[in-house]
Amino acid sequence: MAEPGKPVQIKVVDDVVIRFAGDSGDGMQLTGTQFTNTAAIIGNDISTLPDYPAEIRAPAGTLAGVSGFQVHLASADIHTPGDEPHVLIAMNPAALKASLRNLAPGGTIIVNTDEFTRGNLRKAEYESNPLEDDSLQNYMVHTVPITTLNRNAVEDIEGLFAKGINRSRNFFALGLTFWMYDRSLDNTIAWIEKKFQKRPEIVEANRRALQAGYNYGNTTRTFQIRYRVKPAHLPPGIYRKITGSEAIALGMVTASELADKPLVYCSYPITPASDILHNLASLKHFDVRTFQAEDEIAAMGAAIGAAFGGAFAATGTSGPGVALKSEAINLAVALELPVVIVDVQRGGPSTGLPTKVEQSDLLQVMYGRNGESPVVVLAPSTPSDCFDITIEAFRLAVRGMSPVFVLADGYLANSAEPWALPDPESMEPIAVKHPKPEDFQNGSKFLPYGRDPETMGRPWAIPGTPQLEHRVGGLGKQPGTGNVSHMPEDHQQMVAERAAKVASLVDVIPDLKVIGEDTGDLLVIGWGSTYGAILQAVQRAQRDGKRVSAAHLRYLNPFPGNLGDVMARFDRILVPEMNMGQLAMLLQARYLQEINSLPKVQGQPFKISEIRNKIDEILSQGLGTVGD
Amino acid sequence: MSDTIKLNRKDFRSDQTVRWCPGCGDYAILAQVQKVLPDIGVPKENIVFISGIGCSSRFPYYMNTYGIHSIHGRAPTLAAGLKLANPDLTVFVITGDGDGLSIGGNHLLHACRRNVDINILLFNNRIYGLTKGQYSPTSLPGTRTKTSPMGSLEQAFNPISVALAAEATFVARTIDREQRHMGEILRRAAAHRGTSFVEILTNCLIFNDGTFSDVTDREIRDDNRLRLEQGQPMIFGQDNDKGIRMSGCFEPEVVSLDDVDAEDILVHNDKLEGSQLAYMLSRMTRPDFPVPFGVFRDVDHLTYEEGVFQQVERAQAARGVGELKDLYVASDTWMVDDDRNGHNGHKGAIHDED
Repeated sequence: MAEPGKPVQIKVVDDVVIRFAGDSGDGMQLTGTQFTNTAAIIGNDISTLPDYPAEIRAPAGTLAGVSGFQVHLASADIHTPGDEPHVLIAMNPAALKASLRNLAPGGTIIVNTDEFTRGNLRKAEYESNPLEDDSLQNYMVHTVPITTLNRNAVEDIEGLFAKGINRSRNFFALGLTFWMYDRSLDNTIAWIEKKFQKRPEIVEANRRALQAGYNYGNTTRTFQIRYRVKPAHLPPGIYRKITGSEAIALGMVTASELADKPLVYCSYPITPASDILHNLASLKHFDVRTFQAEDEIAAMGAAIGAAFGGAFAATGTSGPGVALKSEAINLAVALELPVVIVDVQRGGPSTGLPTKVEQSDLLQVMYGRNGESPVVVLAPSTPSDCFDITIEAFRLAVRGMSPVFVLADGYLANSAEPWALPDPESMEPIAVKHPKPEDFQNGSKFLPYGRDPETMGRPWAIPGTPQLEHRVGGLGKQPGTGNVSHMPEDHQQMVAERAAKVASLVDVIPDLKVIGEDTGDLLVIGWGSTYGAILQAVQRAQRDGKRVSAAHLRYLNPFPGNLGDVMARFDRILVPEMNMGQLAMLLQARYLQEINSLPKVQGQPFKISEIRNKIDEILSQGLGTVGD
Repeated sequence: MSDTIKLNRKDFRSDQTVRWCPGCGDYAILAQVQKVLPDIGVPKENIVFISGIGCSSRFPYYMNTYGIHSIHGRAPTLAAGLKLANPDLTVFVITGDGDGLSIGGNHLLHACRRNVDINILLFNNRIYGLTKGQYSPTSLPGTRTKTSPMGSLEQAFNPISVALAAEATFVARTIDREQRHMGEILRRAAAHRGTSFVEILTNCLIFNDGTFSDVTDREIRDDNRLRLEQGQPMIFGQDNDKGIRMSGCFEPEVVSLDDVDAEDILVHNDKLEGSQLAYMLSRMTRPDFPVPFGVFRDVDHLTYEEGVFQQVERAQAARGVGELKDLYVASDTWMVDDDRNGHNGHKGAIHDED
């Protein structure tokens, strides 16, 4: 708390974007997470962007090794981690260099001067020391010898080795940041005490480092202003912080409980999807059965086997894993079994950018399989929406007896936001029907591929049920019986039935909502994690008097039934997406309306300003010209 | 219900026409499986056959049980997932030398290593049949086919050695032409808890006829094969006059019973925890040795799915059976009050999850 009498001014701001940046080994993800937790607990709205290298420990001090964590906290409803950090905490020259280009003009920089050695400057490819030339003159720079100050604070702790001394300096930086933002240390201290309870010397070092950082802010006059971000006006309720990966895991468990089914989650480790498996592996008391498969193909195969056995089956992966699973996904299409496939998209092609975001798997999941292979495709818009959409995925999978894709991405998976805890009592159970022998007593014959007239789904008869023994397979089938058939008419009918079944889900998915006026000069259509940036860009344009609306697709196959009508009410359509225009292509092909595409493939989410600028650019063009 | 009515082999025949080539060894395996299943004490609705792709993999269509004809090489993965959904099912994986040891080699290894309680029947005819006669991973070096007109250049896999190296807990070999022996092996495989791997040598009349003739031809077979019997000395030959003796540094040798003492003949033991003896036997091949038939290894380990369910039980005992309302609570929760003043007094308790 600020001490009365100090000539330090507290300035109330609506929001602030802080970026912690350091070496991969500097603990920046932990520092950012702790800062976020405290902000969340006092009631700020938060949105985070962890941004780390693919290597676990890239060479220390290099640009490749910089690990960043950006957090946006606000007293208003926010939807993105912020376009530009206002404050940068740079633990070394590489962190400064890598983060500087995004920093807001006039922004604050706190640098650990101890690390600005000649060697580190060279590793960061600096020709001269930026702290000594005038390259930082447009920023408010605070030079703090963090390493030295931290060492002074902790070096006399008994049992603490030399390596442990420097390891705590991220807590010094965190303590200083807590002071700047008028935050209590209590929550982080409690966390430290619990996390390192078996290592008292580490607890002591981290606690002292944290306090020393805080005291440094308090006692030196380096900082004239402290900032305060008031709690946000969120709807009442109990909240927690949640990432997309956590939300997907919780959504899967919830769906299985709503159906009174065990969850079998089969996966092969892959960035950035592994966290889902990590989360689920620790939830065995919910009768979650996790299977770490030998490869991506095996993970999909096991999920299919589990679904055949009557469990709620799911797998999670990223783009390269989807490529490997494709043949097995097609088997699930042919067997018509409910399997949920989560694709946490990352930059491609090939291994691409394992830790960076992209939305370039849309066409892969829609069409990247042999034959006519329709599947249901959903996309969550926010970390907390990952929860809802995962439950929806199971609901549709069971109804349509079909594989369902959830197209998340690396940004959604790792990003955190406040989440109002749902009330299990208010959730609708997921009805699952398995046929029984007595359903077929009055002469009706069990047909493995007979279709429910309402859902077009086939019966989910599971092994262990007497008299309903049947065989399914990937070969061409006779409709109804499912017996192997290569007859021309049989094949055409089966292809048509599978397509119609998926298409018919349009009857149970909600209409697309327009955010803003129902008609206007421009409609910005998005899908997936671009939601926040698009929403805020459109809201800003609306405030500026533009006739612009937004619409966000959570359902990509089938599209909402009113999508074509919604699009037709606008003169122009803009589709920002983190690929080269995949949704734009689908929309143009389907609705024959001209689309302006705003592609971005930089491994980073959209900035609000990028979309806002594109809106102006399109609106300034005369009607009838092609955008893009 | 059906478990109280004694089933017979006809109960396991599906209404589909069997479409293997006339004279194919697979017919004999199908007949024997249908004969054995009524005896294993499992209702047929609890039996599932899962196959990959290839001639052998058409098998499930002909069985009146639950079944999946899956994709090439992947049947063990489906079987593992199925056992996690319902561990009470009796699951057979039907595969071939190409399906199981080439495209699906990885999955076969890992199924064995995990000791999933499934029965893997690998039909080994040393050829790709369904794609019309290319050499397979078990084809002997020099095999001439359309893709190896000058003879194949690759060392053949020995399926028994592979399964043993992959830590399979039950490993056996039988052959299409020996119905009674196959029946015994299938019964023991079904009774085994954990992964049972059974190599069934089978003749492809069209593309690889006679590949196993030295162990099937009436005139020579008894001199070319060794029947492994638990606790019995390894004696073989038309006149039961030859045996296997250990010599030197774990090297087997064929000896004449006239020349050695009976106690020098190796006695078979498939219950050994170490797989050294089983592996040594698996390496015995023609022409220097007789081909061993029977059970190489049969040891009792915890199965994969038993382990999974034990962990579920332990987690439930330690933390209580999970309830949704507890699922959502994390280490830090906070309350946003109704007054909308943004007063946030409540801080949640620290929970174990984090």
